[in-house]
Parts: sequence; structure tokens; C-alpha cells
Amino acid sequence: MTQSLREALDSGRFVITSEIGPPKGTNIARMLHHIDLLKDKVDALNVTDHQSSVMRFPSIGGCLAIKERGGEPILQMTCRDRNRLALQAELLLAYTRGIRNVLCLTGDAIPVGDHKQARGVFDLDSSQLLHTIRLMESGKDLGGNDLDGAVEFCAGAIVTPEAKPLEPQLARFEKKVEAGAEFFQTQAIYDLENFTRFMEFARQFRVKVLAGIILLVSARMARYMNDNVPGVLVPQNLIDELASAPKGEALSRGIEIAGRMIATLRKDAICDGVHVMAIGRE
Amino acid sequence: MKSITRSKPFDEMKKCLGRFDRIFVIGCGTCATMTRTGGIEEVAEMIAHLQEWGKIVTGSTVIPTACDEMTGAAMAENGQAIRDAICILVMSCALGVQKTAQYINKPVIPALDTLFIGIEESPGIFREACDQCGECVLGETAGICPITACHKGLINGPCGGTNNGKCEVDKERDCAWTLIYQLLEKQGRLDLMKKYQPPRNFHVAPRPRLIRVTNHQSPVEGQ
Repeated sequence: MTQSLREALDSGRFVITSEIGPPKGTNIARMLHHIDLLKDKVDALNVTDHQSSVMRFPSIGGCLAIKERGGEPILQMTCRDRNRLALQAELLLAYTRGIRNVLCLTGDAIPVGDHKQARGVFDLDSSQLLHTIRLMESGKDLGGNDLDGAVEFCAGAIVTPEAKPLEPQLARFEKKVEAGAEFFQTQAIYDLENFTRFMEFARQFRVKVLAGIILLVSARMARYMNDNVPGVLVPQNLIDELASAPKGEALSRGIEIAGRMIATLRKDAICDGVHVMAIGRE
Repeated sequence: MKSITRSKPFDEMKKCLGRFDRIFVIGCGTCATMTRTGGIEEVAEMIAHLQEWGKIVTGSTVIPTACDEMTGAAMAENGQAIRDAICILVMSCALGVQKTAQYINKPVIPALDTLFIGIEESPGIFREACDQCGECVLGETAGICPITACHKGLINGPCGGTNNGKCEVDKERDCAWTLIYQLLEKQGRLDLMKKYQPPRNFHVAPRPRLIRVTNHQSPVEGQ
């Protein structure tokens, strides 16, 4: 990778990011395989941080592996598992190891994960974490002390364009922009008309927006996401399209749908790029 | 203010009571009576359970408010029965348990778990209302407490888990920030949704918290 994520975003071309889900355990062969498959095909790779509150190999470990293999990592950081000391310390570590991109998230709730009796920290939230990054760039920590060596990050956040109701999310989006987010990756979107309306709102701000694309692998999965994943809505016509695929070809139909959406987003310059989540079908 | 409690499983209490075979039982006439965990009826049921199990109950009382100074007087009134007991089983919230422990040098065993400070929303429905965080934000959140009503205690707006106005951890529960948004909108105060709230101060009153109220002043912190 010759270009940093910030350079790619600033270049004005259509940016593609994807993501790596670290394993539960020390067998990282599959994760490394996924990194090798993707690192030269995308501008940057997120590494998820105990996604869905399920304990896994850490995000920073995955980011270091991407870095070692010549890719451009995006460190996902949730506020669920670390207090403000631990979050700041990890930012210091990340910076010294050449990680230059951070995606700030509040984090899923503890009860949706696999350690249901754990304590959710939430000492900071995503807006406050963005603010913290900008503060640390100025050479100070949250305690008001001087840093011996500051950080510098391309910091981003997430937004859910299909949330219901949408207005509170838009207020939160503005707050994240104010707090210092320079790019957004969205929750999965499938309805391009809705998304275009969201982009009309987002274009008021000087931030880059990468549309979230989750590969649909079957009609069943699409229905499951509609019922269980907050802020995701797969329209009925796409579900029908998947259901009508011949046996064994739903995945290729899903890839076709994703490809078509990405092509439209790019051709009509609806947004600045896409964040593709292949959920294990890399 | 109501201290909301839940009865401990009898098996867990059995472990705590163990070899103590003479027991005095204390209930509370206020919160634990309202939540039906430590009123007159529940104390009678507990005594029956203990006796069935083979314990001797030396006596019992339901103190009007187990967390105030009356506890000392109520225990003095029951002096002989308490002296006969090896331990005291307290069916009140943790405040009553601690108050009881101040008056007697015998093991004091809680029969209840204290869950939260709540208000009675409708008969029999108690909702957590205040975390006693020491930095009240209700003035900017339309009277809904995001510390307790939001599962994550977020103060800068909703997380991405909100779905159709409900919380990601429970589809039956309202998303606090959706409610706050709707009320602020009605009040014409939506600008507050965009106000950045800095990280909370978790040491507004460092633990253990202590306040001394003096006669002609506001309460002051510390000794």
C-alpha cells in the first residue's frame, strides 16, 4: 500500500475499505489469509474490536499484522471494554507502531455478547473518544497533562442511515463531526434511494462517507438481518431476487447485488467510497 | 425514594446461615414492604421456611423504617430475643442491613439483594430512576435520566443499536435517547441534542461518600 487512508480520501477517488474479524483463539492463520487476500485490493482494512461483544483476538493485534504485511489498517476502538486511561494508552501504542487510522465506536452492549456477566465500561463514548484523539494530537491527555510525543490519526466514526427514527442519529452524526470525525463508515445500506437522501444531509459537512455493504449470502440471512440487526433494512425486492436464485447460487446472486450497488454508488457519485463486509466469504 | 430489593434464593441464604441455628428475623415496613420482600407477610413466610428447615426462630420484628434511628429502639425492645439468637436475618435493603449491624455485635445476614433506587411507575412496577451519580443532567435531557434509562449510560445521544425506538438489549424497552429527542423536540430545545457533553466526572464525590449538613448552609462535602 503506497497511500495512506487520509491521502486516499483526499484524492477524491472512490475509496474501498473492508474488514477483518480476528479469531477467538491463537490460531491466526485464517485471519492472516484474509489479510493477504484483501490488503492489495482495498485502500484500508478495519479490524473489529470484540465485535458484538464477543471476546476475540484484539483489534490492535490484527492491525499490527496488517501493517507487517504491508497493508493499511484501521484500528476499531470501542469504549465498552476500556476506561479513558486504557484507551489513551492504546492510541499511544498504535501511533508508535505506525497505525494511523482509528474508527471510534461506542460499542455494542455487553448482554448481546458471550460474556454476559461482564461490566460494560463506557467511561467515554464515541464522540468523547474522537475528541480525545484531537486533544492528544495537540499534545495533551484527558487529565490535562503534557504528552512527551503526540499522536496523529485519521479518525472516523460510524452512522446508521436506516435507523428508525433517523433524526436522533443525525444529531449524533453532527456531534461526531464536531468532535473531529473526518470520515464515516455506515451501517449496511441496501435502499439506495434512502441512502441518497441521507447523503444530501451528510454533504453539508466536510466529511467523507463510505457506504457499508454487507454481502448477502441468502434470502434467509437477509430476513435474519431485518429481524435482528438494528438499523439494517433489506428491501423485499432484494430478498425475492436472492430467493429466486437457483440452488447453490444465492451467494453469487448476493455478490451480483453488492457489485451492482457499488457500481451505482460510484457511477452516480452518491458517496465517497464503500466499506465492504464479506463476513467470512472473503 | 424507594430501595428496590429482590429475595435471595433460599439455597444461597442457607449457605450464609449455615450452622447458625437460632435466628432473629427483622423486616422493614417501608420499601421492602412495598416490594413484598420484607413486610409482615414475608417475614411470617420466612419464619415458617426456617422452622421447616430445622432452625429456631427466637423472635422477629418489622421495623417501620429499617434504615433510620428507630432501628436501635426496635432492637432494644426485642433485646432478649436478639440476645437468644446467634445471628440476625435482615429482610430489608442493604441500608437496613448496615444500620442493624451498627447496633449489634452478632452476624447480620441479608435475606435480600438490593437492586436499585427506583420509583413506582404503576402498582407493582418499579423503575430504576437515579444512579446518584452526583452530576445531574436532567435539565438538559427533558427530565429523562440517560445514565439509568440508557443501557450504556450514554450522555451524548443514542448509540447505533437503537431500533424502532427500542433498545438493542431488550426490544420491549424504550431507547432513552429516542424519548429524550422527542420531548426536546416538543419543548423546542433540540439544540441540546447537539451539545457536546465532555467525559463524566466519576469522582464528583469520591467514595466513600460523606456529607455533613450544617444548619444555615448548603450541604458540604467531606468531614
